[in-house]
Amino acid sequence: MERTADERILQSSPLRKLLSRPELGSVVGALAVFLFFAFVADGFLHASSLSTVLYASSTIGIMAVPVALLMIGGEFDLSAGVMVTSSALISSMFSYQMTANTWVGVGVSLLVTLAVGAFNGFMLTRTKLPSFIITLGTFLMLTGMNLGFTKLIDGTVSTKTIADMQGFPSAHAVFASTLSVGGVDFKVTILWWLGLVALASWILLRTRAGNWIFAVGGNQDAARAVGVPVTATKIGLYMGVALGAWISGQHLLFSFDAVQSGEGVGNELIYIIAAVIGGCLITGGYGSAVGSAVGALLFGMTSKGIVFAEWNPDWFKFFLGAMLLLATLLNAWVRKRAEATT
Amino acid sequence: MTETTERTPLIELTDVSKHYGTVRALEGVFLEVHAGEITCVLGDNGAGKSTLIKTIAGLHQHDGGTVRIEGEETRLASPRDALDRGIATVYQDLAVVPLMPVWRNFFLGSEPRKGVGPFKRLDIDLMRRTTREALLRMGIDLRDVDQPIGTLSGGERQCVAIARAVHFGAKVLILDEPTAALGVKQSGVVLKYVAAARDQGLGVVLITHNPHHAYLVGDRFVLLKRGTMVGSHTRDEITLEELTRQMAGGSELDDLRHELEKSTP
Ligand SMILES: Nc1ncnc2c1ncn2[C@@H]1O[C@H](COP(=O)(O)OP(=O)(O)OP(=O)(O)O)[C@@H](O)[C@H]1O
Ligand SMILES: [Mg+2]
Repeated sequence: MERTADERILQSSPLRKLLSRPELGSVVGALAVFLFFAFVADGFLHASSLSTVLYASSTIGIMAVPVALLMIGGEFDLSAGVMVTSSALISSMFSYQMTANTWVGVGVSLLVTLAVGAFNGFMLTRTKLPSFIITLGTFLMLTGMNLGFTKLIDGTVSTKTIADMQGFPSAHAVFASTLSVGGVDFKVTILWWLGLVALASWILLRTRAGNWIFAVGGNQDAARAVGVPVTATKIGLYMGVALGAWISGQHLLFSFDAVQSGEGVGNELIYIIAAVIGGCLITGGYGSAVGSAVGALLFGMTSKGIVFAEWNPDWFKFFLGAMLLLATLLNAWVRKRAEATT
Repeated sequence: MTETTERTPLIELTDVSKHYGTVRALEGVFLEVHAGEITCVLGDNGAGKSTLIKTIAGLHQHDGGTVRIEGEETRLASPRDALDRGIATVYQDLAVVPLMPVWRNFFLGSEPRKGVGPFKRLDIDLMRRTTREALLRMGIDLRDVDQPIGTLSGGERQCVAIARAVHFGAKVLILDEPTAALGVKQSGVVLKYVAAARDQGLGVVLITHNPHHAYLVGDRFVLLKRGTMVGSHTRDEITLEELTRQMAGGSELDDLRHELEKSTP
């Protein structure tokens, strides 16, 4: 009995295993885009260009990871883009107004941003309204507060520089420094990005919380019925997005030392697109953190590749849309194949 | 309800009622579940069967009457609470998460872990192995526990859910219409696992539309109609014909037959 069962498992081919990976579509797409720009854009293959591509990818990728987790958990966060700006503004303004060490501002910003994430999750689980509505509300409120508070406190649309304040150099090193590897400069955000992808993959695939994330996104009622803490899982996922917003926000602040209060609007869609290109099912229950990273990489390659190819950057949006459609179609096709051949 | 049993029932409902706002979904329901027995709840669509078991499963709280679990009067706060007291439920519509592998579904909500501190992780080998063994013990030979559970047949899915409940040491197993969407053969398979669970000493509550299925395995029968209890019998008190007749509306059916006989020459 045991033996027959084992034999049949061996028959399920490694190819099918590969085809059933959620990120397969995006990997194929990423290879295609890479080869395309390697041919048409001079200098795309230079180490410094690749470092630029990786930097652009990492700034999207840091947010795409928690947004992907949230999507696997069955929800959206439209406030993710402006939350990055809010987090930077809070950090900057607190340090400046209190003339405190910048690390104090960084800490306060972490707490407030996590609280905003928890608010999103709490409102969602409490009201049972669609996350689209709840986070659209948060999005609008944060957009208004970013502009309103900055005008009220600083009198303009951007914050005062904090470059000369205590703790700035060390915070700059952590969130916005450049590391030289073999003569090529890499931004530290790439490390944050890789770290987050590794952490998120570990959580998703190897921990109980990961099992719960797939379950609340795949069938929330079934999950609740077998004792999964649905509310806590969802609130945790929104706080994960807030954590990503905090990291991105601090990067924004410490790489430019001042923050434009109107930034971030529209980025939430880019994060969602990266997650979807990476194989996350928009209805929840399926996807991976690695996929979101490949989605972000596709994004970085296209946005910078167009510049290296000296094209009009207006074409970027077209490419993005086409990639989104292609990747989604490919993912759907692959998934159907994988499920049909069982 | 005159019979005397020296054993304390695993679950005993006395005069239980439940309202959804102004909708009276249950009124004056009595029910007993004993170890090693199958209690069948029968009734038409909308009779309140699902409402009744959601009350026992901790998904809803009853508004009136008492619920006793192993003799102790209780009010279940959540499905988790019910599970912790050994009451496992397999729902009509929400038994599994279709896109997740069989083994992840099997352990969902009760995942075993190894390691310490931040490195605490799922014991995946144990989970895979246990799933395969537990299913095999129930006579289900799955090709691959890694396949999404949504790719199993309806009957197989029900069986996995039953095997899960048995594995986690449930004392009471509640099944909401496990055979509703199944063909004759698959229904038979599921009923066999229900009987297997009973033979392992579980108390089973089986919800069904089908008096034939109920009579095949049931020890007690509770009939619901528009939220009220219209009958409660042990197996030796009732025949299949009588059960079918009561289920179909009893005297109403007699009237219907009368009418039909008149109109057809
Ligand atoms: N959440 C709810 N809110 C309001 N009314 C409800 C709710 N759930 C069920 N009802 C009502 O309670 C009554 C009993 O429903 P229930 O689902 O218990 O029936 P059932 O016997 O399980 O039917 P079926 O055989 O179709 O599964 C129905 O009239 C239904 O409309
Ligand atoms: Mg029902």
